Amino acid sequence: MKFIIAIVLTFLLAFLGGVYMQWWSLTIAAFVVALLIPQKAGKAFFSGFLGVFLLWAVLAWWINMKNENILASKIAAVLPLGGNAYLLILVTALVGGIVAGFAALSACYLRSVRK
Amino acid sequence: MRIASFIISAVITVGLVFALNKKWGAVPPLGKFLSPQQGFWQNAEATDHNFSNDLKLSGLKGNVEVYFDERLVPHIFADNDEDLYFAQGYIHAKFRLWQMEFQTFAAAGRISEHLGNDSRFIDYDRGTRRLGMVYAAENALKVMEANPVTKKGCDAYTAGVNSYIHSLTYASMPLEYKLLDYKPEEWNNLKIALFLKQMSRTLAGFESDLANTNMKQAFSFEDIMALEQHIPDSLSPIVPRGTKFDPPQMIPVKPPTADSLFINNKDILDIVEVEKPNPANGSNNWAVSGKKTQSGAPILCNDPHLELTFPSIWYEMQLNSPTVNVYGASFPGSPNVIIGFNDSIAFAFTNAERDVKDYYEIKFKDDSKQEYWFNGQWQKTKLRVEEIKVRGAKTVLDTVAYTVFGPVMYDKSFATDLSKGKAIACRWSAHDASNEGLMWFYLDRAKNYDDYYKAIQVFQCPGQNMLFASKTGDIAVWQQAKFPARWYGQGMFVMPGEDSSYMWQGSIPQKENPHVINPERGFIESSNQRPVDSSYPYFIPGNYITMRGITLDRRLSSMEQITPEDMMKLQYDYHNTFAEFARPLLLKYIKEEDLNAEGKKYLDIVKGWDLQGGPFSKGQTIFTSWWDSLKVVVYADELDRVKPEAMMPDNLTLFDALEKDPEYKYVDNINTSQKESLSDNITSAFQKAVPGLLKEENEGKLEWSKHQDPTIYHLLKTITAFARKGLPVGGDGNIINATTHSHGPSWRMIVQLTEKTEAYGVFPGGESGNPGSKFYDNFVDKWAKGEYYSLWMMNRSDADDNRVRWTMKLSNQ
Repeated sequence: MKFIIAIVLTFLLAFLGGVYMQWWSLTIAAFVVALLIPQKAGKAFFSGFLGVFLLWAVLAWWINMKNENILASKIAAVLPLGGNAYLLILVTALVGGIVAGFAALSACYLRSVRK
Repeated sequence: MRIASFIISAVITVGLVFALNKKWGAVPPLGKFLSPQQGFWQNAEATDHNFSNDLKLSGLKGNVEVYFDERLVPHIFADNDEDLYFAQGYIHAKFRLWQMEFQTFAAAGRISEHLGNDSRFIDYDRGTRRLGMVYAAENALKVMEANPVTKKGCDAYTAGVNSYIHSLTYASMPLEYKLLDYKPEEWNNLKIALFLKQMSRTLAGFESDLANTNMKQAFSFEDIMALEQHIPDSLSPIVPRGTKFDPPQMIPVKPPTADSLFINNKDILDIVEVEKPNPANGSNNWAVSGKKTQSGAPILCNDPHLELTFPSIWYEMQLNSPTVNVYGASFPGSPNVIIGFNDSIAFAFTNAERDVKDYYEIKFKDDSKQEYWFNGQWQKTKLRVEEIKVRGAKTVLDTVAYTVFGPVMYDKSFATDLSKGKAIACRWSAHDASNEGLMWFYLDRAKNYDDYYKAIQVFQCPGQNMLFASKTGDIAVWQQAKFPARWYGQGMFVMPGEDSSYMWQGSIPQKENPHVINPERGFIESSNQRPVDSSYPYFIPGNYITMRGITLDRRLSSMEQITPEDMMKLQYDYHNTFAEFARPLLLKYIKEEDLNAEGKKYLDIVKGWDLQGGPFSKGQTIFTSWWDSLKVVVYADELDRVKPEAMMPDNLTLFDALEKDPEYKYVDNINTSQKESLSDNITSAFQKAVPGLLKEENEGKLEWSKHQDPTIYHLLKTITAFARKGLPVGGDGNIINATTHSHGPSWRMIVQLTEKTEAYGVFPGGESGNPGSKFYDNFVDKWAKGEYYSLWMMNRSDADDNRVRWTMKLSNQ
């Protein structure tokens, strides 16, 4: 349950951060959630990871659908991902997720230090 | 242990953020860039995006409505002129900001600042500064800002651009800034001047003086003139043959030393030139009078041939205020409509191709470049230290000396393999202070021939064939610019710069510029050909292109009851008139018995070819390869004596010579002991072309469009994902539809000046500069097929018309 709540909270906080702050505000979101919700290191990492992974995946997927693949297929050729828009969505979500995961993990270790 | 874990994971987190917030080589800052809420995803515009908006912009005086039609073409209605130009600047920036800035960085020699530490970029920037581009723009800005009309318009335009720039966040910034990781800077009036100077560089920056100087190693003055400035027998000049010219008002005097110091001086240069403009930068325009049209009203047509890019150099729009109502193609980066029509007239441009750039050899006192020898004494130079910022590296400083002629472009510190430490100053008419933008302000408002004629007076560079047609039935063209009056041979080579005797002595008086007004034959055409026949009383060297003018002259002479649809077909025409001239000569001299089986097969294709250079034509590919090969066979042995490189004479120079005299003096190969005949040349040229053709055929590239691979590149050429490749179009520079690999008709427009104007247009691009928009390239397919959009001159009362898709309201509060 905690795991799910952490994911949802991270998702929401990271979204808000993205509206008002720079992209790296997702680390704050993941960090704060992991501080508030005590979990084991592995779970903390994955709840941060999944919170942002899902957020970025959903947003990118939605934008891409509305854009009918126009830009993602081009950027996926520049980066280079063989022009595959879905691969680009996956890479996008992974980048966001990994950063968030480490931020959550840091908060989890910090919690245990303070104990 | 726990502390260590915390520190490690915290360091990893911070490290990741840092690494993903930074550009690594060509890789954009991935965290920023991939963020769906900030990065490139924000540029992925929904295909049903709503462009309607109500915007409060400080700087406006009244209200502005911008109606976008289904093609995203804005129709701007403003209460006054200043608001109109403010809105034009705002809209240009909204759809084309990155391009506007990038083009002016290129014009100012500042590309290294953003593209990085690469010697190609730095050399480009140095060459640009040394050509005096910024100096030229600063000179122009002084006159622009001294003129109250221009000042007002430019200030308002600049304020509009800046208003948009200030509204930007990282998320809303154009994609290219995110890819290259930099931010737009403040716009200013100097950038408008820089943009117009960039057009001068593109259109009036071509000459062959340095190459010609090197030609003197191996050729006589007469030979060079015959090879480089041959006036073709078949020329159809803009001013019809037989027109009488008045005696010249300005007679330049050839210096007494010219023969020894200039014409026969064989000193070589050994300079490799930087950044020459594409010699194919040309255009077609023509107008037919009402007596040749079905409607009885004149029709005016234009298709400027430029590098085809994304975003396009053109942005289509309508501008309306109480003083103006004009529709057409505008330049993002400059106020006004450039090629278009209003309620009374239409106007169009082609390039004059005249040479307005010369070089002088300078003698510096020493390497400090502070003094140079001029008119018998050491004169002070003005030193301008150019600071070229380089991304990720130290600023490059480059000292450029300015002389009475202009900037010293080449000296010991710039240009490769420079011999004898020579310093070469550049005299270019684009350096002279002038206010070209003002012409468009008046042209957009012109009601008749007199208004047009008055408007064009302010225009000095780049020389243009300014075509005009009006609802009152007039058609006219002036080849307009400030052209130097030269003595015969002046400026063909680098000139002595030790005194004033070789300087330009004055200009050709404006009223003596070539012009045609309501000609008897009922049409006017200009397509970069020499504007006049040899009876014109001035020496006017240039980079002329002859063939399209001949084709147009023939077509327009024979056409009657012309409709806009006929003109569409003509703009798309693929007839290769040069091949029509040259094929009989080739076929007359080819020794068929010497050809192998493949050769015979290709020869049969040429024989049966319908002379159409369309996308699927194989004859066009074979003929072109054969003729190019012939030029090499005939001339290469002589030209190889010129180091580092010589100019290849153009097609008609060779054709006219061979047609007149099969024993043409360059036919014999000087490197062999036997004497070659024209028949030998033509046959061996064909044989040499065959292996290449065979290779192309095996790769499936024998068809002309496969051979040329017509491509529209993004301005960042290396990003091919933003390009459109392999377009199914034919043509070449000698064909009316002058499309080559990445160059061609950049805007096609046809205007019939009936009481209610009937106008058509298309350009290979789209209104949006955003690669993530469906309006980025949505005109391309139509353009490739030779189809057109109907151009809608909207009335303010048409706001409810169903062609209006989105409305943007701009007001002060």
